[in-house]
Amino acid sequence: MSSTVDRQWTTRLRKRVEGTLPPEKLLPDTQPAYVASWIYVFGVLTLVAMAEVIGTGVILAIFGPQWWHVSSLGHFINSLHLWGVEVFFFAMIVHLWGKFAMAAWRGGRSLTWVTGAVTFLASILTAFTGYLSQTNFDSQWISTQAKDGINSTGGGAIFNVLNFGQMLMWHIVLMPLVLVALVGFHVILVRIKGVVPPIVENPEVGQ
Amino acid sequence: MSLDWGLGALINLNHPGHYIHWHVIDVSVANLAVMVLMVAAFVAALFLPFPGRKHRRGEEE
Repeated sequence: MSSTVDRQWTTRLRKRVEGTLPPEKLLPDTQPAYVASWIYVFGVLTLVAMAEVIGTGVILAIFGPQWWHVSSLGHFINSLHLWGVEVFFFAMIVHLWGKFAMAAWRGGRSLTWVTGAVTFLASILTAFTGYLSQTNFDSQWISTQAKDGINSTGGGAIFNVLNFGQMLMWHIVLMPLVLVALVGFHVILVRIKGVVPPIVENPEVGQ
Repeated sequence: MSLDWGLGALINLNHPGHYIHWHVIDVSVANLAVMVLMVAAFVAALFLPFPGRKHRRGEEE
């Protein structure tokens, strides 16, 4: 009986999760002393900005373009969405510089680094589709400029920047799902492997 | 009262962007300002003391 239970995928998955990421590792009470530095703040700041962007994006989706183009509150939420993206990229790039400078892929953290880099690229695609979803002359101009670049790669056959509906769906459905999954995986990897120590304080890590 | 009354009045953005041309480099002043601010934030993050850092010294490794 117990062997049957042990073979269940739910049991095996639970044991694997418990072994890889126990609760005290997922939500630790303390962090190493070297984490007390401003350079470690920018990762969390990126997460906060992303939450703000998703929140304001949900509000924009509820009320629609006519609202965000003509009403004061719509303008305000639209601006919050824009400036949230500015803060998101600002913090993410400083985070990237910091992690590059401390060679954050050390100690078996290569997948953490790779997921961060892929998230950066996915964020750029999300922002570009956002430009195309503004429903104004700016988005029309950008789409007609972008089509030549995309078409020169052959990608225009499946990714048509002149197709507003497709770009909007990529911006508000596909890319947010991809980003949330990537960021979630990235954060879980950070929790599993721990925050990378400074090179000078722990030189033997990752050698 | 309009919600854009406050911060929007500090810097007037309602005009075509200003650009800096230097050989092959062509960058808007706004983008250059963001780049300078990012570098400044990076340097500041490295050297500014973090609140409570001394207190945390000697905590768990």
